Parts: sequence; structure tokens; C-alpha cells
Amino acid sequence: MKFLLDSKWAVMALVLFAALPGTGCKKLKANPFPDSGAVSGWQKTSDTRTFAAKDLWQYIDGDAEQYISAGVVTTSTSDYKYQGKLEAVVDVYTMGDAAGARKILETGQTKDAKQVQLGDAAVAYAQSVIFRKGPYLVRIVAYESTADGPQALVALAHGVEAKL
Amino acid sequence: MESRRDFLKTAATGAVLLGSQSKLGFAGMLDKGAENAKSKVVVAKDPALHGGSAQPDEKRVLDLLDRAIAAYTGHENPVEAWKRIVPQGKVIGLKTNGLGGKGISTHLALVLAICERLQQAGVKAGNIVVWDRNARDLEACGLTINTDPSRVRCYGSDVSGYEDRQEVWGTARIKLSKILTQECAMVIGLPILKDHVGAGVTFAMKNMYGVVDRPQDLHKGGCNPGVADLNCIPAIREKVRFTVGDALSSVYDGGPSFHPERLWYPNALIVGEDRVAVDHTAWQMIERKRAEVGMPTLEAAGHPARYIATAADKAHALGVNDPERIHLLEI
Repeated sequence: MKFLLDSKWAVMALVLFAALPGTGCKKLKANPFPDSGAVSGWQKTSDTRTFAAKDLWQYIDGDAEQYISAGVVTTSTSDYKYQGKLEAVVDVYTMGDAAGARKILETGQTKDAKQVQLGDAAVAYAQSVIFRKGPYLVRIVAYESTADGPQALVALAHGVEAKL
Repeated sequence: MESRRDFLKTAATGAVLLGSQSKLGFAGMLDKGAENAKSKVVVAKDPALHGGSAQPDEKRVLDLLDRAIAAYTGHENPVEAWKRIVPQGKVIGLKTNGLGGKGISTHLALVLAICERLQQAGVKAGNIVVWDRNARDLEACGLTINTDPSRVRCYGSDVSGYEDRQEVWGTARIKLSKILTQECAMVIGLPILKDHVGAGVTFAMKNMYGVVDRPQDLHKGGCNPGVADLNCIPAIREKVRFTVGDALSSVYDGGPSFHPERLWYPNALIVGEDRVAVDHTAWQMIERKRAEVGMPTLEAAGHPARYIATAADKAHALGVNDPERIHLLEI
């Protein structure tokens, strides 16, 4: 029930943002979350939840600070499952501008990051893919490591990127 | 043999009735009363805990818990040991931490193991409340929401609500969860060990951000003095008296969110009454891991865990952070 309510709020929030011309706020242009089956093997398993910057702490607690300082406007998140087994979460951070997205992507990189051709810039690890495209910063994280996980995550990332 | 999960589902059967009302009647603080009293902290490890799986083996977690509690209390029999930790006939809260989502939250196997031992020690199933901020956090731990008082209860502050009255201590101006104020006589903290981009490390004391209505107000200055001030709120200081810290898995950088590329498996439990000593021990564990992988210290990385020293100062007096005053027992 709670998640149902959350999804209603998310839809209302998106409608409200769409109805605010000239505010200067960046917003999600469209729903960036691929539907079940839109990317081979991936099912969308939760409603999308959306958090305004001031409420981001509810989702990521102390992590919110670095996103806020980089100019996050809204954050949307949804759960996915690959072939009924591998669970993952897709977070789409809508920043105030591309510089904010770049700052987050570059801050979080470690030595073992693998460069991927995706959006404006992207890195991949065994269990995660992070990319930016314009003001959007997308983070896709799997909860466990599987042999086909890295390839599946990149495929899902392409699915999201195509909708941004 | 009854499974761990059965202890969440059913009322206690064959539970031992307690003969005393003792609580924390063991030597957690060695040489208590002496000027240089030492706080006891147990770090229990099992390198084979995970095997080849991301999830720890439930039976091994129970065994690890038993070893940790036996070492801490001095009682080999785990049921007898737990009888000395929890008060009889009272509601015991288990405060988990599911903020990091499914990848890095308090492990279900640990919650189940404690629920099992508590019931064997005479705590009625309905007198155990597993709780956190909300349903999402609890479900991230693999728990199922339940408010039926005939079974172990499991729900968040989104169900109980928060007190109307604001509590104030130093910089902390918050409203407490009614689960803490109205339900629980004692709370056992079950934090999960994580690096924290602001605070440096999040464990026993930082876990209390999940019992208040506006934790975001306590993040200034690297959560210092926010964490220490919050833990001085009387209901938190007095009721949250024991920590069974989950270091079965951890993130050594990029926390508190889940970063699988920085995940590691300490395969450990960190147990103690002194929340400052427990946090100091946990912090050192994170620092050792960062050094091992060639990362800078938390201080050098720009997020030192300064709140631990603040919690130990005379104004807060929540415990000790001086290694000379921590009796660390690694088993």
C-alpha cells in the first residue's frame, strides 16, 4: 500500500514539474525507466519513487549531501530483476546541469572502473554501471555478482539512456 | 530442529522461565568504578561465514553470535548468557539498519539468530520488536512487516509515528519514534558497518539517526556533534544499552549507500555495551581495510569520524574511545 501511495505521489510530482514552465528547474523529460521486457530479460519489479532534493535524505540519508551540493533537483528510483533472479536498482538523478552530473560521476570512480560507451560518459564494475547524459546521472546497481550480470547491467543502462 | 525463521513466525515454545530480573549483569565494564575503567568489546569472526555466497550461512551466524555472547558475558551457555542481557517480561527492541537497501543492510540471519536466542531466554515472541525507520528499510533486510502481538513484531516508525514533544540535547532537536519511547524497555542496536561520506563511519551511534523524525538536521559538520548529541537524549542513552554490530559484510568507501565495488566481508560481529568503544573498534576496522586496498585514511579523504571523540568527551560521557581503556577481545 505504501509503495502504491508512493507511486501516486511520484506521478503527481512529475505532473507538477511538467506544469511549472519557466521555473528554471531541470526535470525528467519523460519516464526513463524501461517497462518490463523492453530490455531483454529485465522485469520492472517496483513502482517508481521520486524524491525532491529536500527529501533525498529519506532515500539515501547522508549520501544526499553530496548530491545536493552538486545541484540535484529530483531523484527517481525503481527496482528491476533479470531473468527472475538478479535484483538491481536503477537510480536517476536529475541534476541542475551537466556539470553536476559530471562531478558526481568523477568523484565516485575507483581504479578498477571500466570505461563504457554510454551517454556522455560511463563506467562499469562487476555489479554496477554509472553514466551521465546531460544533466542526468544514472546509477544501476545489482545486489549480487553473477557471470552474466555485467553484460545485463550494461544492456539495461542502454535501455535507460535511450529514454533520457 | 526449529529453523531460524520459525522464531519469527511463532510464539516461543519451551522457553526457559527466568529466575531473576537481572539485566546486563555481566562485566561489560571491567573494573567498574575505577578511574581507568575499561570497556569490553568482543570482535568475533568466522572466515567461512559466507562460503561462496553473498548471503551468510544461517547456522554459522548463530554459532558466531553464540561465541560472541559467550566471550562477552563469560557464560558458555548462550541461553543463560542472554538471560543476563535482557530484562524479564519487558519489550525488547532490535533496531536494524536497512537504509543502504538490499545490498548493505543488517543481515536477516543475524536478526533471526537473536530472535531465537531471546525466545529461548524467556522473552515472549510478541515482546520482541524488530524495527527501523520504515517498511522499506525493514524489507531491505529481508524482513516482513508484522504487527500481530502473538508473534515477533516487525514494523517501522512510519507505523508507530513520532512523539509530539521535541527532545533537545545540544544541537539535537528531534522527535523520537514511539517504538523507542512507548514500546521498548530496552533496545539492542543491530547496525551494519559502513563507511559514511559525511560522518566517516556509521555503526552503533549513527544507527540512532533512524529513530528520529528529522535525521537530516543532524548531518552538519560531518555529523559532529550531531551523533554524540543525539545519543545523549535520555531515552536513547538509557534504553539502547547493547550493540550486536553486524560486520558480516561492509562497504569501506562510498557509504552509506551500497557500492558493490567497495564491498568486503569482515565476517565479524562487534559486541559491546559501550557504544563509543564499539564505534571506535568498528572505525579502526574500516581504516585497516582502506589501508589494505591503498586508500587514504578517512581523515585524509575528508570525512573523519570526529563524532566518536566528541561522544567520549566529558560533556557527553557516552563511553570511551581511548584504546588503552578498551578491552578488545578478538576471537
